[in-house]
Amino acid sequence: MLALSVGALVAGAVYLMLDRTFLRVVIGFVLLSHAVNLTLFGSGGLFRREEPLGSGPDPLVTADPLPQAFVLTAIVIAFAITVYLLVLAVTGREKEDEETDA
Amino acid sequence: MSPTLLPLLVGLPLAAAGTTAMARQGARWVPGVLVTFLSVNVLAALWLVLSTHTGDVLAHGVGLWPGGIAIPFVADTLSALMLLVTSVLSLVCVAFALTSELGTVRLFAPLVLVLTAGVNGALLTADLFNLFVFIEVMLLPSYGLLILARRGEGTLGSVTGSRLYVTFNLFVSTVFLAGVAFVYGSAGTVNLAELAGAAAQSPAVSAATALCLFALGMKAATVPTHGWLARTYPSTSPAVTALFSGLHTKVAIYAIYRVYAMVFEGDQRYLWIGVVVFSATMVVGVLGAVGEDTMRSILAFHMVSQIGYILLGVALFTPAGLAAGIFYLLHHMIVKASLFLSAGAIEVRAGTGRLDRLTGFARREPLLAAAFLMAALSLAGLPPFSGFVAKLTLILAALDAGQVAAAVCAIAVSLVTLLSMLKIWNAVFVSPDPEPGPESRELSSGGPAAPEEAGGTVTVAAEPTRVGVKAALPALALAVITLGLGLGAETLLSVVTVAAEGLIDTAPYVEAVLG
Repeated sequence: MLALSVGALVAGAVYLMLDRTFLRVVIGFVLLSHAVNLTLFGSGGLFRREEPLGSGPDPLVTADPLPQAFVLTAIVIAFAITVYLLVLAVTGREKEDEETDA
Repeated sequence: MSPTLLPLLVGLPLAAAGTTAMARQGARWVPGVLVTFLSVNVLAALWLVLSTHTGDVLAHGVGLWPGGIAIPFVADTLSALMLLVTSVLSLVCVAFALTSELGTVRLFAPLVLVLTAGVNGALLTADLFNLFVFIEVMLLPSYGLLILARRGEGTLGSVTGSRLYVTFNLFVSTVFLAGVAFVYGSAGTVNLAELAGAAAQSPAVSAATALCLFALGMKAATVPTHGWLARTYPSTSPAVTALFSGLHTKVAIYAIYRVYAMVFEGDQRYLWIGVVVFSATMVVGVLGAVGEDTMRSILAFHMVSQIGYILLGVALFTPAGLAAGIFYLLHHMIVKASLFLSAGAIEVRAGTGRLDRLTGFARREPLLAAAFLMAALSLAGLPPFSGFVAKLTLILAALDAGQVAAAVCAIAVSLVTLLSMLKIWNAVFVSPDPEPGPESRELSSGGPAAPEEAGGTVTVAAEPTRVGVKAALPALALAVITLGLGLGAETLLSVVTVAAEGLIDTAPYVEAVLG
């Protein structure tokens, strides 16, 4: 299921990135970063999803906190760059994506 | 000073960046703080080189957590050498930027300081995920610098350049992150010391690491993916181009050396891929340069070609090959920045970098001409400059390893390099004075500024002003360093040999990190 979602997200991302409109490229990047974040989640093991709380948590079933920290960091970075990309998208020339060589 | 202080190399520039970001426009103390911090950075790097040049490894886990859990900061000979050269380059490029109007732009200082923190972190970390984070820390201020440098003049070109640069780097970072995710999923750790030799044991880990290396190769602008570099570097301001050329791709190259040495332990089976790709990089880069007609785009294509040389060292993975590659890396960073700075000084002065518009600079700017000539000859690999030693050791190492084709490529490419350096030299420096040119007459008669692509500073060209010693000095200083490295190559060669040994025998590194 996770792998399917990653695949769908990447497919959508590639489709959008191949578009001439810069805004679509940006949205494509949002999708792509979500796909990678899901991959990072998956790297922690899919069947260890118990909460690491309470007394004596069993390390075999509790969730691995490291990938979650990775994802958090990656989300922040991707968000910052996306905002910057959006700024770049609005500072360009009007209708540049209709030109033959923008 | 002890290993405990290593994280400060990241922390102090960040703190200084925060402080200088709050300064008002034009505050006098900001450049002072910037230069002070960068100088301290140089001294710290020098100290690191002195304490690791025998092959010692300094390591510190943040918070004194046990090795493998802590966030590791490591300095071995290779990272210390890289740190020294990058810190010297930042200082020199900032000195150049401060002589032009760029240095007075608000937020220039904090951005450069964050960039420094990112570079330091990327060179010192021993953790793949932290490498990703530090590369991002390095890239984010770069996006800012790219735009900042051209504020108010010809923004269109730099917006296009920035869009390309940001989207490309975001894409590569995402690929790298996916690689890190796969490494964690297959090996259960992203600590380089724990990953040592992991590729030989598990094909999954080796495929995952290959994805990381692939992303790093894209960042280093190896051939199928070199187009972004040649497009974006000429689109920003000269000082920023010089700074980027010395730092960005070189950090990626450093990471390739480190990751391949640690995770694959220089596995011989995959080296042919490197030899093919990096030889292609050499050839395509230099041929691309032939077709360009502005100084900085020629230089940017040469950079692609030189990256091929540098990475050939890791593709040979013999002690001599690695040492030659590292030597080449250090030499190249200095020479390239010097060339970009002298080209930049001319561009600031003349308002354009087009070869057909620039003439007779050797007579008017003897200092700059000397700097350019020294760096250009060094780039092409003529004695007594460091380029000669670098190329000679690399070609000998390639022949030793039986890579005759790669060695032939290297020699042929350096001839073409010399050719296009002479093209710049002839056009810009020794050609006759510009009186006959229609452009210059139009300018001196006070007519409307010609629509130069660099724009903005065209009016300066009409006056017989000099570039000024201040603007020429940074390039000259770096050119003198390359001469020094060429004459005193023995010392540096012995140190890079130690660095290469550290890559081949990773045990001290692993031991230092895991404690």
